[in-house]
Amino acid sequence: MYGLGILKGMGVTLKHFLDTYIEDLRFLGKGKRTDVAFNLRQSGSNQRLGLFTVEYPEEKIAVPERFRFIPFLVINNLDAEEDPGKIWCTSCGICAKVCPPQCIWIVRGTDPETGRPKPEPEEFYIDIDICMNCGLCAEFCPFDAIKMDHDYELASYDRTTHHIFDKARLSKEFRYWRSIAPTISAEEAEARGGWEHKDVLKEKAKAARTADKATGAS
Amino acid sequence: MAENPAAEVTTANPVAEAIAALKAQFPDAVTEDDRKGYTGIVVDPESLVEVATAVRDTLGYNYLSSATAVDYLGKGDYFEMVYHTYRVPAGGPPLVIKARTPRDKATLPSVISVWPGADFQEREAYDLMGIRFEGHPNLKRILLWEGFDGHPLRKDWKEAYYEQDQKPFDSRWPQGHVHRAEERNPYGKNVRYPEGFTLDDFTPVGEAPNYEGIDLGVNVQEMTTPGLKTDRLVVNLGPHHPSTHGVFRMVVTLNGETVEDLQPVMGYLHRNHEKIGERNTFLQNMPFTDRLDYITSMSNNLGYALAVERLLSLGPRYQPPTYRAEVIRVLMVELTRVVSHMWAIGFLLNDLGAFYTPALYAIAERELILDFFEAVAGSRMMCNYMRFGGVFKDLPERIQGIPLLANDRVRNEATLDYLANIINERLPRAIDELDNYLTNNEIIVTRCQGVGILPPEMAIAYSAAGPLLRASGVPYDVRRAEPYSIYPELDFDVAVRYNGDIYDRYLLRIDEMRQSVRILKQLLPRLRETEGQPIISGSKAYSPRVPEGEAYGRVENPKGELGYYVVSDGGQNPWRYHVRAPSYINLTALGPMTKGHKVADIVAILGSIDIILGEVDR
Repeated sequence: MYGLGILKGMGVTLKHFLDTYIEDLRFLGKGKRTDVAFNLRQSGSNQRLGLFTVEYPEEKIAVPERFRFIPFLVINNLDAEEDPGKIWCTSCGICAKVCPPQCIWIVRGTDPETGRPKPEPEEFYIDIDICMNCGLCAEFCPFDAIKMDHDYELASYDRTTHHIFDKARLSKEFRYWRSIAPTISAEEAEARGGWEHKDVLKEKAKAARTADKATGAS
Repeated sequence: MAENPAAEVTTANPVAEAIAALKAQFPDAVTEDDRKGYTGIVVDPESLVEVATAVRDTLGYNYLSSATAVDYLGKGDYFEMVYHTYRVPAGGPPLVIKARTPRDKATLPSVISVWPGADFQEREAYDLMGIRFEGHPNLKRILLWEGFDGHPLRKDWKEAYYEQDQKPFDSRWPQGHVHRAEERNPYGKNVRYPEGFTLDDFTPVGEAPNYEGIDLGVNVQEMTTPGLKTDRLVVNLGPHHPSTHGVFRMVVTLNGETVEDLQPVMGYLHRNHEKIGERNTFLQNMPFTDRLDYITSMSNNLGYALAVERLLSLGPRYQPPTYRAEVIRVLMVELTRVVSHMWAIGFLLNDLGAFYTPALYAIAERELILDFFEAVAGSRMMCNYMRFGGVFKDLPERIQGIPLLANDRVRNEATLDYLANIINERLPRAIDELDNYLTNNEIIVTRCQGVGILPPEMAIAYSAAGPLLRASGVPYDVRRAEPYSIYPELDFDVAVRYNGDIYDRYLLRIDEMRQSVRILKQLLPRLRETEGQPIISGSKAYSPRVPEGEAYGRVENPKGELGYYVVSDGGQNPWRYHVRAPSYINLTALGPMTKGHKVADIVAILGSIDIILGEVDR
């Protein structure tokens, strides 16, 4: 019969239309927008029917750990016992070299007394208009000092004054990195051999060795 | 066996056999390319067409996959046109043909008479490299406009914001005092015109005839008389209408409602991806490939990784990707294929006038796949996931959100369960539903059957690829014709349909999604078996040492054959980086396919090719 195909198609549309309401009924009285409901209705489960609209900005989908959006620089926690707020970056320049759109600008620090380079950036800029969020800087940083952020709400009114991030704007405490990436930061700490900066751990190991020697000698 | 090495080679290697035959037939014109890391033959330009005809007719290399030019400035000072030809549908490795021309008077004979698919590719080489092709019927710029100064892919051409030939730029470290590129070269002063060019008296070359019909108007007198007469009329479809799939223009000559001629006009999204690619280091190109066909970034990554791995394999310490890496790669690529075909079908329906309902039904499952990509690679569409020798990171244990912003809602599922659910249940169900929903719909059948027919011999001649080629009855799929990754051990069929119309292209995409699901089902146990194995071979290096040579890596992208031609001079950056974009070359057949159809069918035919402008314009 001519038109049967269309009717069959309409049936699919009708099913889609009803599915969402049927799904709503399942959460009747239990709250449509609770975490449990959200988890099921956004999941890959086969139990899930119909469509579910996330009402941004009233609710947002939390991004996964590996999500990458604009890098930030890791600094020691501000309440740390040793060197609070010390930046982890050693201004080795690998991130600037690996950056595909070349949006990272680093002025290497120099020791004012000796005039020799010191392992700390004097200035650090990222032009976020140019950054393509590829994450290569974070991937290849040997000191775990630059990481990709999760905060994607960066709209501003003026790009000329707001969109070149400087060192102060980029710096975030280490505890922030731990909070947005619990598994990755733990893996990295394991690889480094501790929660502190690679160089600090090295110093500590060295100090421990000399202490061992000292006690061994006496 | 060792007594007669030549005989052994001829039986084992069809390409060597072909080269030997060509050398025997054209002893003066054909020489083997014996540069280190290079393959194929170098042909004297004088006899290029003759040799090409023999290659096509006698040796059976009937399919011109890629034709592109390389500028060897300072390395012999010539342009080299490189043609990659294949046997279709037989399969096998390419026969690479090269022809050289001096840089100052760059002219080569056009091979369009042998392979009509060279049309756009030669125009591109003319546009970007400045090589003139004698005998090309329509040699004008294709991606750039006439007011553009110079040919940007020449090595001595510099862009408006030129800083340095190769990245990384010295200004970034250790004295990286930030400034914006536009401060050095302010707006209004950043454009150069060719000598003698003024904007005031500019008429686009070749476009004036397009508008000739317009002044005539329509003669109402004639229209009311019996035996309706119609005027020829030129209509511009695009550059900006939703159904043109982006900023794409078609200049259509109509007779009444019937299409007499169609000229695609493109380049509105052109950014010279290839020049950027030459400035970049090898690794830096990876995230840029995401932006080609932004629906299928995973398979774009794979194609580029394959090309560079092929170059790396010329070196001494090459390690192929690990097995787990290959499994994950194929998983990603096949998921991408489903995503892309869902998208193509959904938006084909939009083009047919079914506004958004089918499109949204089609792309609903795509969300789940993109969520998976986001959890694994860090981004939904710009995945940047493949690396040379493996992938960026192993699959995470759980697909889990981390609350950070106010009102963040958290989801948390085990990755493998999530995947198994999608692959075993949701995707097959969604494909069946789509099939149910659309396939027998009378309106679709009437609009699509017998419209936009591309016969098989034409499809091959025009270098059509992917669904466009297979819907025309040519069972050619790179995954089988020149297998890569772990495809040889996977069980799947090459989908093929025989009518070559819009309807068959739609059906073929449904078939292909079913085959993809079949592949994905085979990957699930492999994922479980290989758990914990390394995902990258060797150590991760941000500047791998890439040996001198050339490589052509191609993959079966959802849109068709995606190829990367990469030339390395042993440095940190590719000397030449060319993308054989399937959407772009598939458009060569658009004009001939639409001829004789009604104006309303144009958009449907365009939709059935499934183009993405990010890839067309590059």
